[in-house]
Amino acid sequence: MPLTKQEWLDLEAKANQLRHTCLDTTLCAGSGHIGGSLSSMDILTILYYKYMRLKKDDPDWEDRDRFILSKGHIGIGYAGLLCDMGWNDPAQLKTFNLTNSKMGVHLDSNKVKGVDASTGSLGHGLSIAVGTALAARVQGKDYMTFCLLGDGECDEGSNWEAAMSAGQFKTTNMISFVDRNRLMMDGPTEDEMKLEPFADKWRAFGFDVYEVDGHNFKELADAIDKGYAATEKPVMIIANTVKGAGISFMENNYKWHYGAIDQDLHDQAAKDLDEYYKKRVERVEREAK
Amino acid sequence: MAGGLVYTAVGSEAMATAEYYGKAMCELGREHPEVVALTADLAGSTKIGVFGKEFPERFFDVGIAEQNMFGIAAGMAKAGLVPFVSTMSAFATMRVADQIHADICYQNINVKIIGSHAGTSFGQAGSTHHAIVDMGCLLTFPNMTYICPADGMETVNAVRAAYETPGPVYIRINRGFDRILYTDTEYGFRLGKAHTVHEGTDITVIACGSCVYQALQAAKSLEATDGLKVRVLNMHTLKPLDVEAVQKAIVDTRRIITAEDHNVINGLGTAVADVIAQYGKGCAFKKLGHPDKFAPIGLHEDIMSMVGIDANGIIDAVREVMHKDFEEDDSWDDEV
Repeated sequence: MPLTKQEWLDLEAKANQLRHTCLDTTLCAGSGHIGGSLSSMDILTILYYKYMRLKKDDPDWEDRDRFILSKGHIGIGYAGLLCDMGWNDPAQLKTFNLTNSKMGVHLDSNKVKGVDASTGSLGHGLSIAVGTALAARVQGKDYMTFCLLGDGECDEGSNWEAAMSAGQFKTTNMISFVDRNRLMMDGPTEDEMKLEPFADKWRAFGFDVYEVDGHNFKELADAIDKGYAATEKPVMIIANTVKGAGISFMENNYKWHYGAIDQDLHDQAAKDLDEYYKKRVERVEREAK
Repeated sequence: MAGGLVYTAVGSEAMATAEYYGKAMCELGREHPEVVALTADLAGSTKIGVFGKEFPERFFDVGIAEQNMFGIAAGMAKAGLVPFVSTMSAFATMRVADQIHADICYQNINVKIIGSHAGTSFGQAGSTHHAIVDMGCLLTFPNMTYICPADGMETVNAVRAAYETPGPVYIRINRGFDRILYTDTEYGFRLGKAHTVHEGTDITVIACGSCVYQALQAAKSLEATDGLKVRVLNMHTLKPLDVEAVQKAIVDTRRIITAEDHNVINGLGTAVADVIAQYGKGCAFKKLGHPDKFAPIGLHEDIMSMVGIDANGIIDAVREVMHKDFEEDDSWDDEV
């Protein structure tokens, strides 16, 4: 499904909307994992608004495509999308993290509609995704399973157990992503626990790997299309991203893995996001055919 | 409870407990297409391999990677399957505690866990393969149902109950052959309800797993030698615990001993002690189990004897507790 110019523009507008929602939610919550939410937002957007087979009126539809958010700490970014889909009341974003709120840092699949797995403990999602993909095979269903990992969480050995099994069981009905923003809580991934040669690692575990600009919908779409066409190996898309993408004082700063904002910082960030959106639309005008 | 097939004791001496499990799983698999099975390189040891032979498309050996196996099972259960996950108890608890906690119990999904080689039933293997802390771990997880069958027939009932009970269920079974307590599956197994295997009014022994048979032997022996009437409760379900049966034992016998092939901390004995303490009635009480030490290497029944959870150990404990005098406490009925 090649990306048309109009689709690209629509995705840009949606991603911009969701970035703003994330920022607003962070202001309400007082703090949150905003850096990693913004690096993942384009991946979330293209999956939910272009690719995934879903029913807006039935988030539990048994034949829906599944999405496993292995980097579960970006609930503050994902929640806005799950409200925008019509599955949850957007008023909940105003009480995010507050006592007795249904929504907190890590979204609970039993409390928030559209969440296919409760995650938060890192290194769990890829195994759950492999299980979901194998279940589709056992059930004779054709839904796809998508999984999004953070790069820092790839330090967890359980991911590599899961990777080995995806290769072994040839789960080609599953497309995985790593949000490669190169930063974790304590600093750069390559300083703290080196991941490179990262793509080679996934290849060695049995994946076809595509490396793309994770903030370019055209590149993401091309890679996802290749994932749909896979017949032999599961696909891993390494999305090179920017932590805090769109907000100048957050970009590429690991201290914004989790941070607090006040009204002034919020307003400054909102202006940055508007400028960021403008530049991205200009890029679409330049590059889209 | 057993469903279509009622097992009998014919030839059962030749069946290890896990073989009952394997047969029960095949039967379940024939009835329910959503039942799948997973193991981590223990298809032979856990006997789930027979399910794999009959249903190869519903059987997944994930290699020696337990964390991944439990995550895969969680994904399958969320998608509507009913996975039964089989590996040794030692690795079905501690190694994957985070996956059971976060992926399975937190989501309250239909993953059924069979921890084999429980307690010191693989005694020769040493403490890396003993499982005497698994109750302490899993009984504290919300949504978990925990069953510790006494023998093969009860394992069949436990497998059935696990399928029929929504949510996570853990079944703890021994390696190799168990002493036969039940000669068929139709003895009245009810999840969450203790089964009385010997009636008595002088003292109650509450046991689970391999200790139930030992407690029964002790009760029979004490009746003959000491004239004591020992009630023996098979507390096969540790969670939800049969609180009423414990309270009844307090009222009827005022003396309770627990026996388990587990650390005395945070297992059956602790669960029963909680009931006694909260019930507010004085009750002589003793916990038998592993004394918060790594168990020695050896044959299962030798280790049970060494730590005093065999028939002789239970007899000694009964005599000790019978000498504790509660009979002159006239105000007992008025205690809070």
